[in-house]
Amino acid sequence: MVAAIALKQQVLPAPNQAAGLALDVADVSHRFELEGKPLPVLDRVSFKVESGEFVALLGPSGCGKSTLLRLVAGLEPPSAGRLLVDGEEIAGPDPARVVVFQDPTLYPWRTVWKNASLGLEARGLLHARRERVDQALELVGLGAFANALPHQLSGGMAQRAALARALVNDPRLLILDEPLGKLDSLTRITMQGELVSLWQRSGFTALLVTHDVEEALFLASRVIVFSERPARIVAEVANNRPYPRHRGDPHLAELRGKVLSHLGLDANW
Amino acid sequence: MSAVSESVRDTPSIRLAALSSALAPWATGVAATLAWLAVAALTYFWQDNADSDWPYTDATAVAFAALGGLLAVGTVSASTLRLAQGVRRYAPWLLVLAVFFAAWEVVTAKVALLPMPFFPPPQAIFEVLVDDWVRLADSIIASLFLLGRGYIIGAAVGFAMGVGVGWSVRIGYWVHPILRFIGPLPATAWLPLAFFVFPSSASASTFLIALATGFPVTVLTWSGVASVRSDYYDIARTLGASARFLVLKVAIPAALPHVFVGLFMGLGNSFAVLVVAEMLGVKSGLGWYLQWAQGWAAYANMYAALLVTALICSSLITLLFKLRDHLLSWQKGLVKW
Repeated sequence: MVAAIALKQQVLPAPNQAAGLALDVADVSHRFELEGKPLPVLDRVSFKVESGEFVALLGPSGCGKSTLLRLVAGLEPPSAGRLLVDGEEIAGPDPARVVVFQDPTLYPWRTVWKNASLGLEARGLLHARRERVDQALELVGLGAFANALPHQLSGGMAQRAALARALVNDPRLLILDEPLGKLDSLTRITMQGELVSLWQRSGFTALLVTHDVEEALFLASRVIVFSERPARIVAEVANNRPYPRHRGDPHLAELRGKVLSHLGLDANW
Repeated sequence: MSAVSESVRDTPSIRLAALSSALAPWATGVAATLAWLAVAALTYFWQDNADSDWPYTDATAVAFAALGGLLAVGTVSASTLRLAQGVRRYAPWLLVLAVFFAAWEVVTAKVALLPMPFFPPPQAIFEVLVDDWVRLADSIIASLFLLGRGYIIGAAVGFAMGVGVGWSVRIGYWVHPILRFIGPLPATAWLPLAFFVFPSSASASTFLIALATGFPVTVLTWSGVASVRSDYYDIARTLGASARFLVLKVAIPAALPHVFVGLFMGLGNSFAVLVVAEMLGVKSGLGWYLQWAQGWAAYANMYAALLVTALICSSLITLLFKLRDHLLSWQKGLVKW
């Protein structure tokens, strides 16, 4: 029995030891101050994400989904309510919860390799885990571009580099803030497939913000639909289709109609 | 078909253009060579004005001829050699310079059109460079030491203050008003006070140069740190970066392009203060040499010192730009100095 577990750990690649984090968003509200007036962004949002789940947050642009991700990342505390990971309140940023933003935001003075290794360097782990950087770059297909500078990369390559920078830290909750939003449609389709297989292999929990219904349904096992700002949860749509999914799947088309109707867009379906 | 295109290609004007573009690097090289040999001949064979006595006329002519010879070598040698590339690139400039030297030679030494001793001929400046080089070299070394000390102190303090003000609200609260009040005051305005307060004129000058350098470095470093994109911090923080890491590995590298603008402005300021301080208090250096030469009405010495000072200032700026190009090689579209 013990031998079997040891064997299994050897077979699995290094990043997969820790299970995904469970997230509990409990009655969270948030507002910004805009020219002295409070601007409510989130209105009593509550939902749970189980360990290893892939959940998509879907809603109109500018509704406050990205703000919710900033709260989950620990970059800001919520105005009201609580956010818990594995039962503990989020007190600040933690490399176990890594964000990939819409804009890759690579550090232009660092090579691709040095960008990807930033998290390890910041925590003083670079010497011990150098090979993790190489692995992550190989994984996103940038092994040959380790010494390239960000301005030499295309948009898709830069976003892959940003993804590698997140994966190097073996995140247990990967927070994706429209990471494919600015890519051309072909690169986008490829990277959606890669995200799914990555998630399946690694076992992290994934929280994806998107305003693309098809993307949400292709990737997520559950889609949470938000209203216009201030964001409120309108509906939750479970999506039990097995992975890997196919874009032409009639069940997905059916779910798409359902989700659009929650967004008040069923007239366009 | 081929006959038509042949005739189009062979129109005389096109042929001429092709010929001149093939000849151009050669032609300007040859012209510059001949021009410098002509300046040498003019200097050598045309007798100097009877009233004047320039011991280095012949030697200067030889120097001009040597330059012409060097250009000739560069013109005929293979274009892979650095000398040949330099000649090809600067030939038009060298041609114009030859014309300038010829005119200078004629209106001073040959026909004495310009009043002496205010406008010495090239051979007088050549004479200073040959005969007084020890004193000039001493002055250069003294100036470089003074400038180096003041500039390095000013740049280091300015950089640290700029990072502090840009990063920490509390440091900003205390430093910002001082910076606003004292910064715009020209460093030279402190001169009388500095020479009185400091134990030596050297330390007073060091302080003034540091002050002149420090202000632009502080302000530009500060603005560089303040304008770092907040995403850069957010991402580093989610990856586990400490405050120290954010300052050293995010804020400072991101601010470096601004810092170099400050260092560049500070270097210009420091030259101005260096020369003034040496003219008014310090008993050595190029500023002192200029003042001393003027006091003795040794105008040739003054021109020589000006020439040397210009060369040194320009070289120091070039050095700074080289350092910048090296450190900021990740940037696209850098301005070439």
